[in-house]
Amino acid sequence: MSVSKLKPIVFLACLIPLGQLVHRFYSDDLGANPIETLTKFTGSWALFILLASLAVTPLRRLTGWHDLIKLRRMLGLFAFFYATLHFANFLVLDHFFDWKRIGQDIVKRPYVTAGFTALMLMVPLAMTSTAEMIRRLGKRWQQLHRLVYVAATLGVLHFYWLVKSDITRPAQYAIVLAVLLGYRIAAKLMATKPHGAGHKAVTAKS
Amino acid sequence: MLILKPSDIKSSEITDKEVYINRRQFMKSTGLAAIGAGAALAGIELADPLPAHALEKLPNVKKSSFSTSEKANSLKDITTYNNFYELGLDKEEPAKNAKYLTTKPWSVEIEGEVKKPKTLSIEEIMKLAPLEERIYRMRCVEAWSMVIPWVGFPLSALINQAEPTNNAKYVQFVTLVDPKRMPGQQPSLFGSAIDWPYVEGLRMDEAMHPLTILSVGLYGEVLPAQNGAPLRLVVPWKYGFKSIKSIVKVRFMEKQPATSWNKMQPQEYGFYSNVNPEVDHPRWSQGTERRIGEILRRKTLMFNGYGEQVASLYKGLDLKKNY
Repeated sequence: MSVSKLKPIVFLACLIPLGQLVHRFYSDDLGANPIETLTKFTGSWALFILLASLAVTPLRRLTGWHDLIKLRRMLGLFAFFYATLHFANFLVLDHFFDWKRIGQDIVKRPYVTAGFTALMLMVPLAMTSTAEMIRRLGKRWQQLHRLVYVAATLGVLHFYWLVKSDITRPAQYAIVLAVLLGYRIAAKLMATKPHGAGHKAVTAKS
Repeated sequence: MLILKPSDIKSSEITDKEVYINRRQFMKSTGLAAIGAGAALAGIELADPLPAHALEKLPNVKKSSFSTSEKANSLKDITTYNNFYELGLDKEEPAKNAKYLTTKPWSVEIEGEVKKPKTLSIEEIMKLAPLEERIYRMRCVEAWSMVIPWVGFPLSALINQAEPTNNAKYVQFVTLVDPKRMPGQQPSLFGSAIDWPYVEGLRMDEAMHPLTILSVGLYGEVLPAQNGAPLRLVVPWKYGFKSIKSIVKVRFMEKQPATSWNKMQPQEYGFYSNVNPEVDHPRWSQGTERRIGEILRRKTLMFNGYGEQVASLYKGLDLKKNY
């Protein structure tokens, strides 16, 4: 299948969680604490799609299907979209613009600090995601967008620091993230080795 | 068609009016109303479906003057939103896994600093004192709260029956360990969430306080498994996790007993765990709380609003250090 056909499918797939949320909302199926449900739901999807966007580069290298790169921006923007919903929920429904408490939460609670920082790091990435900005920033665009590694790490840390005792779920995210980042480090190390010249061509463009 | 007389409808089956109104406000306030054209229609049918349960009604339950007049949460909210890690980590899981926790037969061992250690069956325990309905506020350390109509009796009735010795300064409670009946106790890939069994404890004067009860029921019926059947502790001025569920052992001790959350994260959970808006938890600000069914947070009250009755227990104790 060509990526141009895959693109609308992935786009619709990324909208499924939102549709699910709207459906649960109207069928009064958000549970006893709807605000908590919204928080967890939007947060999990933001992190999941962010990791999916990080999987694009390894996947295209391993499969040789280089067109996959055309999905990356969309996935990144959807991750930002769900992260924004997640934050808006915290700001409006959870704290109802109680700025003092919101500020205290961001400063005092490491998991909020990490999550907030991750979102803030994603803002410039979303803003520079247009073709025009990619062209204008040139090589610096790539440098800037490496911030996604930091944002994803903070996102997983945010989740890890938040759970009370059983770390199974954040640990699953952490393992996936470690594999995705580990792949990049390994690829880089192979490329810089004198005998690893064969990999150079593959890793030149990340 | 059978027409129900008003008296046939249990109060637990009717969605609380306030909750209903709040839900409608919640729907409106989020602004999502613009999304679906059929939304207004869907919104009309918002009342809670009846929970599928057929629990035994408890006879001769007296009203208690210790009850709050605040509106109780619906039975559905109370039985579908539970922290009970033995039955699952998510709040919806305990209700789904409740079927595994069989509670017949059930007995409780009384041991430690007592004149005669013994084992009481749940049937014997139910006869220790007249059953009362106690409508209590419940405050979770995660900054949400509920109002729950428990059925139970003062813990002091069991303590008196146990005849503790003069050495008994504390009382420890222990939950069942049985991974078949408590699937949450099966080890996960990353080890167990908690070092089972779950244990909790109180100082003797806290345990003897008239507000401290052992609960065997909810909304006039036998306690559902997800709420800690067949016997659980309820200490309304402390965070919910102190109120240990599904008790199988009551142990009287001279030294302060271990408590589960304190063992896991002592910097976050102390032995006392009194509701205290002044002492922040590292993850949840304790200044405010969300009453389940409401949108806006409300201020958290010292000792969960039971200060008048219990503050004297802590005279001379630094509650910032002894959190």
